[in-house]
Amino acid sequence: MIAALQSLHLTELGYLTLLAATPLTLAALGGLMCERSGVVNIALEGIMLTGAFVGYAAALATHNLWLGVLAAMLAGMAIAALHAALSISLLVDQIVSGTVINILAVGITGVYYRTYIQETSTVGPGILPTWHIPLLDRLPFLGQIFFQGQAITWAMLLLIVVVHVVLFHTVWGLRTRACGEHPLAADTVGINVYLVRYVNVIASGALAGLGGAYFSLQEIGNFLPNITGGRGFIALAAMIFGRWTPAGAFLASLLFAGADAVGARIQGFHNIPYQFLGMLPYVLTIVVVAGAMGRSIAPAAVGRPYKKQ
Amino acid sequence: MTWRRLFRPAAVALAAQPILSIVCGFAVAGLAVLASGADPVQAFSALFQGAFTNPRAFTETMIATLPYIFLGLAVALGFKAGLFNIGAEGQFYLGAVFGVFIGYSVQGLPGIVHVPLALLAGMLGGFLWAAIPGIIKARTGAHEVIITIMLNYVAFQLTDFLINNRGPLADKTSSAPRTPFIQHAAQLPILIPGTRLHAGLFVALVAIPVVWFLLSRTTVGFQIRTVGLNPSAARAAGISVGWTLVITMGISGALAGLAGADEVLGVSHFMPPSFSTGYGFDSIAVALLAKSNPWAILPAAFLFGAMRNGATFMQLQTQVSADLISIVQATVIIFIAAPAIIRWIFRLRHTPAAPVQLAKTDGGATI
Repeated sequence: MIAALQSLHLTELGYLTLLAATPLTLAALGGLMCERSGVVNIALEGIMLTGAFVGYAAALATHNLWLGVLAAMLAGMAIAALHAALSISLLVDQIVSGTVINILAVGITGVYYRTYIQETSTVGPGILPTWHIPLLDRLPFLGQIFFQGQAITWAMLLLIVVVHVVLFHTVWGLRTRACGEHPLAADTVGINVYLVRYVNVIASGALAGLGGAYFSLQEIGNFLPNITGGRGFIALAAMIFGRWTPAGAFLASLLFAGADAVGARIQGFHNIPYQFLGMLPYVLTIVVVAGAMGRSIAPAAVGRPYKKQ
Repeated sequence: MTWRRLFRPAAVALAAQPILSIVCGFAVAGLAVLASGADPVQAFSALFQGAFTNPRAFTETMIATLPYIFLGLAVALGFKAGLFNIGAEGQFYLGAVFGVFIGYSVQGLPGIVHVPLALLAGMLGGFLWAAIPGIIKARTGAHEVIITIMLNYVAFQLTDFLINNRGPLADKTSSAPRTPFIQHAAQLPILIPGTRLHAGLFVALVAIPVVWFLLSRTTVGFQIRTVGLNPSAARAAGISVGWTLVITMGISGALAGLAGADEVLGVSHFMPPSFSTGYGFDSIAVALLAKSNPWAILPAAFLFGAMRNGATFMQLQTQVSADLISIVQATVIIFIAAPAIIRWIFRLRHTPAAPVQLAKTDGGATI
């Protein structure tokens, strides 16, 4: 095992880890915006899948990758708005509502796959270009990991900071956290709990939708059914392990992505069956969520619908 | 339950909402088909044909209904304790693995012993797999939704390891990756010659009253329901909430495992490295549609079995993807879980019935 790790190029491993952490971090950022305002979001998986699909279909139709990215975010917002309407206005159990979104996403992407992808042009839209930062990309080790990347990875790094500032250094963030901890108190001081929750849930759709675009427009330049493969749920675990903070979610995502990247790279070494390496991120998630590495405290009112008295 | 009771106005009102929800679900799916450029009338008539009127369609629909009965019961039982078992798919796999192993490895038993033994092994597999999230939830408060979903992926990999690439359970004499065929004595007998309908039907039809009896007439059932309704009150009354969560997950998993074992003993008679296709997720919709009532699982499972069976034919005939039934399922759950929409569409009077809401188990659930 150790020998296997040593034979890997660490720079390459670091780069692959950052790439694999991109969709996880974006979805986890969305999840924590949502949950900080008091709405559970197990729909991240479905939102990412929708984003991946619509983003790819739009890029295919317009021959413009950037319009594809935009469409992915808009589609994520649209389906997240459904989650918001169900769980905030119609008081549907938030886990039931999230499950609905996940099932619906499979249905929509399956039914329209033929119409918008299979039967259109065979030439794909390609993948997003790689941008280098001059000079910094020449730094040994770090340069090749952090300073050359594609747009969505750049956006992810930027959004970690943005979400952190919004949540902890703006009035909006304070209101969001108030709604997640004690909506009645927030309402009493004149905060519109419904509005805050709607905006945050829809914002989480934009973030997770962007995460979905990673799969189809940055990683492989194609859409395949169930392309997200459960990463939305791992992102949820990363959010929990990261204690509902952007930086924590990023570090947790790196951990899961690292397990994934290592697993993929040491296949064939030392007769470890590849299936056990495939299990690694999922088992790690279970261990982490089970609290073996420290308890996380969820926002107090998360999961509870708020009904104005 | 007598017929007179079934047709009381209250009972009719109770059934009206699920039926209207199904109608609305199909309406939304029809619009989705229209938007994809296909003909919804053609699609739905192919769906109906594939489910009921083609030769052997009805028995195939029955076969597809059986897993939904077991899995719907599994998820519904979890709901009663406030547990959301999204891991039915993984437990189904484990049940199939255990069932097929006993089915092919044990020799010389008469069928009357071998079949129940293999079914029990399947239940044990599902029980053990589902007890893991139960124990984790009881001990740490980690939410079962994430743990069960993660265990699904682990179960897929584990099954692949066991059966693919000449794994421990693979048939070494076969070039295809699969387990050996089960012994003839372990096969669930065919009920109607010339079809694939097997005696698992009786197992499913017995499972419904058993689960009903367990929930409504036994101490364990009482504890499950009490923990689901109010864990604090349950704890104050001296019920061990943690133990109840573990045992509920275990029984739920045993039912899911039974579905897997039933499938290998009744239909396939061996197991390939990858197996069920989304039965676990569908069964959440089955349980919600039935409002977790064990008796109502039967019609709900039948509807889903018919849709599943018909969808394959529909995809062949009309090029509309079989994933269409996911849209039907999702919208049906929406209408069931948000009765306000149905009341608004049909201008129904508001009769406060028990809403579909999962009871909240406390204990610092972190999600």
